Amino acid sequence: MRSSQDYVRKAGAAARVMLVNAAAARWKVPASECTVERGVITHGPSRRTLRYGEVAAEAARLQPPQDVALRDPKDWKIAGKPVHRFDIPDKVMGKPVFGVDVVLPGMLHASIAQCPVFGGTLKSLDAGAAEKMRGVKKVVRETDFVAVVADSWWRADQALQKLKIEWDAGANGNVSSESITAMLREGLAAPNLPQARKVGAEYSSPYLNHATMEPQTCTAWLKPEGFLEVWTSTQNGEASMATAAETAGLPLEKVEVHKMMLGGGFGRRGGPQDFVRQGVRIAMAMPGKPVKMMWSREEDMQHGFYRPASIVQLKAGLDARGNLIAMHTRIACPSILKVLMPQALGNGGIDFTAVRTLSDMPYAIPNQQVDYAMRNGHVPVGFWRAPGQQNAFYRECFIDELAVAAGRDPLEYRLAMLKPSDKNRLVLEAAAKAASWGGSLAPGVHRGLAVVDGFGSFAAMVAEVSVSAKGEVKVQRIVVAIDSGHVVNPDTCRAQAEGNVIYGLGSILYQENNVKNGRIVESNFHDFRLPQMAEMPKVETVLVPTGGFWGGHGEPAILPLTPAVCNAIFAATGKRIRSLPLRHHDLRGA
Amino acid sequence: MLKLNVNGKLHQVDVEPEMPLLWVLRDHLGLLGAKYGCGVALCGACTVHVDGAPVRSCVVPASAAVGKAVVTIEGLGGSGLHPLQAAWIEHEVPQCGYCQTGMIMSAAALLTEKPRPTDAEIDRAMTNLCRCGTYTRVREAIHAVAAKAAKKAQG
Repeated sequence: MRSSQDYVRKAGAAARVMLVNAAAARWKVPASECTVERGVITHGPSRRTLRYGEVAAEAARLQPPQDVALRDPKDWKIAGKPVHRFDIPDKVMGKPVFGVDVVLPGMLHASIAQCPVFGGTLKSLDAGAAEKMRGVKKVVRETDFVAVVADSWWRADQALQKLKIEWDAGANGNVSSESITAMLREGLAAPNLPQARKVGAEYSSPYLNHATMEPQTCTAWLKPEGFLEVWTSTQNGEASMATAAETAGLPLEKVEVHKMMLGGGFGRRGGPQDFVRQGVRIAMAMPGKPVKMMWSREEDMQHGFYRPASIVQLKAGLDARGNLIAMHTRIACPSILKVLMPQALGNGGIDFTAVRTLSDMPYAIPNQQVDYAMRNGHVPVGFWRAPGQQNAFYRECFIDELAVAAGRDPLEYRLAMLKPSDKNRLVLEAAAKAASWGGSLAPGVHRGLAVVDGFGSFAAMVAEVSVSAKGEVKVQRIVVAIDSGHVVNPDTCRAQAEGNVIYGLGSILYQENNVKNGRIVESNFHDFRLPQMAEMPKVETVLVPTGGFWGGHGEPAILPLTPAVCNAIFAATGKRIRSLPLRHHDLRGA
Repeated sequence: MLKLNVNGKLHQVDVEPEMPLLWVLRDHLGLLGAKYGCGVALCGACTVHVDGAPVRSCVVPASAAVGKAVVTIEGLGGSGLHPLQAAWIEHEVPQCGYCQTGMIMSAAALLTEKPRPTDAEIDRAMTNLCRCGTYTRVREAIHAVAAKAAKKAQG
């Protein structure tokens, strides 16, 4: 919506002008005498009418207008009101064709095993037993993966389990979570701050898999005439196309990519197109046959493009009243751009996804220094919903620490540092009001708040949390206020806020990806838990669109979530959460 | 050869008896509504009914369904929509939709068992995983269907 609304609206408005001009030409009347309502063109004086379809062919022959006036947002008829989505009726009947649902004549199925150590290669393979199994057509050997092609996915996967594979892990075989932490730490030297009163803290986050419900999948068919057709669940069709063409050594005009319904993306299926490369390689080993490759959950968990693990040190100088007058932030974090889009790295080599929210604070702080140490390990990193959002956790929890150190209310402390015109202030006040900040709460329930802007929008959140005597955290209620400029479908905006909350909650409570012997330790949903229905808090979304800009809704609500929840945990227990997930923290006896 | 009754139709399939029901449905019978998500009965995307009970078809061997009635999302509403499917549309429940067929199958079995489930009963029965965040609306839709049926029953 954010990136396409401008040209899509202009195209629609231009088409409208052309249709009216075509009708006016047919009636031989001035276009200015014609009006349009719900797809029907009316010539005012004569009351004659034509439907769009009746003049579409004539309109298509006209020259598109150069400058078209877009409708003023206050005159919008559809945008801004809740409308039913077109995709839902099919989805409740199981009709949409996801990437894993592609069926083609004579299609075969593939299950894949990649070297569990990133960057490793295949050393040896004994496929004797597997090749004799029922339905197996071929065992595909590649430098960094092997795949079994069979007449059903289960048979392919069963045979895959029977392969005797020896991998060469290479230099990364000894990498562990501990060695990665040490690598990050190398980037953090002790900063100095001249202020009399100093507050400092260190925060960190682990690697995180996207865990899309539909594992990575790609169906590819290398046809005898040298044409490659690909069906895949992708967030970036152009990248899929480029990867397919490059892998097959074909020009782009000999490749066609079908973008299938995708079972969750969250950034996994955009930049990285590893699954397309593999699907095409398998198809090249089976020329003339369509082959559908689908990863098992285990492959998916262990071959992600993870949210970067990072460590951040924050040091603040406060004046006598506790006002924040200086801040020094040091960030050690792998670079997503370096891995996926090196051309997007700025001249200084600063990856904005690694420093955002800390380097562009809305708060009025007279002295600031932000240092970035790029520490790239061998674990692939990628755009995980709201890339860089771990920095929101660090910043907004640390600001809370400062408010506590200053003996001031966290809301008042933030407002005192935000300019009157700042939209961060607007959403913060809206969230505080909707959540009755400062008002009474049920026994055992405590509040925390945070405000963060990003992805074109501004979001503030109040979290209401209880912590049981056993130390179990229950997020009871979330109030989030969002200013996205314009709102197109408010119900979808609310759905996105609900989704952001549960997506983020998993990372707060349970999720992490550890590394041992160069490989990811976790393998499925038993050790990378997703929250269930019972854990879903009540979510109240307050939309406060101020107009004039197009902010997103896919990301903003996740930004203030982690700090709002962790600040509420502090309010409940007096314990400051500076690393996640929560299951490593003992919150008993609160 | 295994004989399977799926959505009221009898099928003969030439598969290993230990092949999970999910893969018989998907790769041999072309019923693609039930999805693979984890392969170890943790996520529920593959939920179908066997003799009315919700099962995670990724871990049920096809042989265990012989002589029983299997119902998938494709057969849940007969020729029309099951009330849950209608409520799902009304409440705009799905986002990406991948887990939703399993979610609906679990909910349908719950309502058969407990026509007026409490929130706690919904929590216990609905352990299907959703990554997009539809839980709030799933709950609303289940309550809406239950309330409507109760009202109808009262006349």
